[in-house]
Amino acid sequence: MDQPHAIISVRNLIKNYADFNAVKGISFDVYNHEIFGLLGPNGAGKTTTLEIIETLREKTSGEIYVDGLSVDKDANAIKRIIGVQLQAAGYYPNLNLVELLELFAGLYGVKVKPMEMLEKVNLQDKAKAKYKALSGGQKQRFSIATTLLNSPKIIFLDEPTTGLDPQARRNLWDLISEIRDQGTTVVLTTHYMDEAEQLCDRVAFVESGEIIALDSPDNLIDQLISSGFERKKEVKKANLEDVFINLTGQQWREG
Amino acid sequence: MNKPYNHTTATLALAKASFRSIMRSPSAVVFTLAFPLIFILVFGFLGGGGVKVDLAVAPGSDLQNPVMQALEHTAVIRLIKDKNNEEIQNELEKGHYAGVINIQKSGNEKPEYLANVSYSAASIDKGNILKSVLNNLMYTLNSKDLKPAVAEIRESTVQGRTYRTIDFILPGQLGFSLLSTGVFGTAFVFFNLRQTLVIKRFFATPVRRSSIILGEGLARIGFALLGAVFIIVIGHFFFDFTLIHGVTTVLNMLILSVIGLVVFMGFGFVVSGIAKSESTIPPISNIITLPQFLLSGTFFSIDNFPSWLQPISKALPLTYLNDAMRQIAFEGAGLWDVRQQILIMLIWGLGIYALAVRVFKWE
Repeated sequence: MDQPHAIISVRNLIKNYADFNAVKGISFDVYNHEIFGLLGPNGAGKTTTLEIIETLREKTSGEIYVDGLSVDKDANAIKRIIGVQLQAAGYYPNLNLVELLELFAGLYGVKVKPMEMLEKVNLQDKAKAKYKALSGGQKQRFSIATTLLNSPKIIFLDEPTTGLDPQARRNLWDLISEIRDQGTTVVLTTHYMDEAEQLCDRVAFVESGEIIALDSPDNLIDQLISSGFERKKEVKKANLEDVFINLTGQQWREG
Repeated sequence: MNKPYNHTTATLALAKASFRSIMRSPSAVVFTLAFPLIFILVFGFLGGGGVKVDLAVAPGSDLQNPVMQALEHTAVIRLIKDKNNEEIQNELEKGHYAGVINIQKSGNEKPEYLANVSYSAASIDKGNILKSVLNNLMYTLNSKDLKPAVAEIRESTVQGRTYRTIDFILPGQLGFSLLSTGVFGTAFVFFNLRQTLVIKRFFATPVRRSSIILGEGLARIGFALLGAVFIIVIGHFFFDFTLIHGVTTVLNMLILSVIGLVVFMGFGFVVSGIAKSESTIPPISNIITLPQFLLSGTFFSIDNFPSWLQPISKALPLTYLNDAMRQIAFEGAGLWDVRQQILIMLIWGLGIYALAVRVFKWE
């Protein structure tokens, strides 16, 4: 089997703030064309790690390479090959979606047709809408559209499905899988284990600034079972979310 | 992908986005255009008359006589007829009328008429104007057929441009419009872009910080110039605002506007940096704009201020912008003639940007 190619490599990353140590020497690789999940409770250091790789935050020490580029020396070159969705970021006020995409195209120095980008995330009907007027799921899809403008090699999504209803969440999973299938590496953070299990090729569990486990969801589950773990309750063939989706329909409730 | 990144494209994309956003922001349009226009309309319609003195004509006064005819043709005097004694008395006590006149035939041949005039103690300055107008008028009428015994006054008036209220008010309003756009607009935009993480998202693109500042600046300058042209055009065509050298004067005014705006935007950067929340921006901005609004000769000349206040007025940057603007518009000065005012504004600019660099926050 081919040795997978690491498009991001993080070695001994440490980030200390004045009063606490957010990241305590973590190392991991993200492989080309995979969906990589950083999982863990709030304050575990997921966002900090992500923002250091995105060159938005200074690290205390450690080495990070993104597609062979060092975050220390080639921050600007890295910015050109990645797409970033921030947690809770807003967009320039008073502009509609097409105008916002034009702005980002200018910032990335690329020529794109805004309508084509909106079609990719199924927002062509909202071309003239303001970002503020979008529903939660639409906002996230638009944010993803802005990350795709520069045809990036890697996109970073920080809690893309937080606060979305089940339909919008599943719809976003489909979109993220599609992006991966077209050859883009995806790094995301999430609190939802069902999401990580369905979506991610590999996940890293981050706790208090350290990685405590890293593998594919399947392997991690198998390891737990082989250690003798058993669920207290027999698992049924469907769960309550399946009931919800079955009752309320698969289509999105946004408009 | 190997195409070199173009910072100009990024700057212009930002400028375009920011300009669109400003044009759709109600507060920007109100502060830059509506407020100055309202003041210009009010003062435009008020002004232009110069001094007027109300002189009541007592009921029963003779109206067909040379004195009355001469008074009718005196521009300074507005004759009030058709009022009864009680009304006249009332207005005199309040000082609304400078005096009341009652002309009667004397019955003699010389003088043919007697003019009884009562002044109002409630309006002494207007009464004095009235007194000298009446003396002058009587002297002319009485000495019509006489040769002067000592000396004859030969009066002439130097022809000058009419200095209308609008010539004073418009440059002041323009200056104030630039001040509020520069301070409020810049402060709000950068504070909000920072709070809503818009700037952070920008930083995830290859754009430079200088491009963000420059793009925003260009948009604001573009918008302010549009506003300035609008104000000047309305002033010129509807209220006869004086533009001595026409388009050249307008261009000089616009260049001056840019200098002023860039300086005022420095205050905006400082405010956006020191404001702790969105609600603290208006009070801090007002501390900067209101004193200049009142003390920089926006509405009245600073020569009228008490002498202890004048040094304060003469320290404010808007004072020099207003002064330079009036010299260019009304006296036809060129930019080189107002270099001293420009220099003082630039010194303010240096100081304020030195402070802005220290307190401005990106995140």
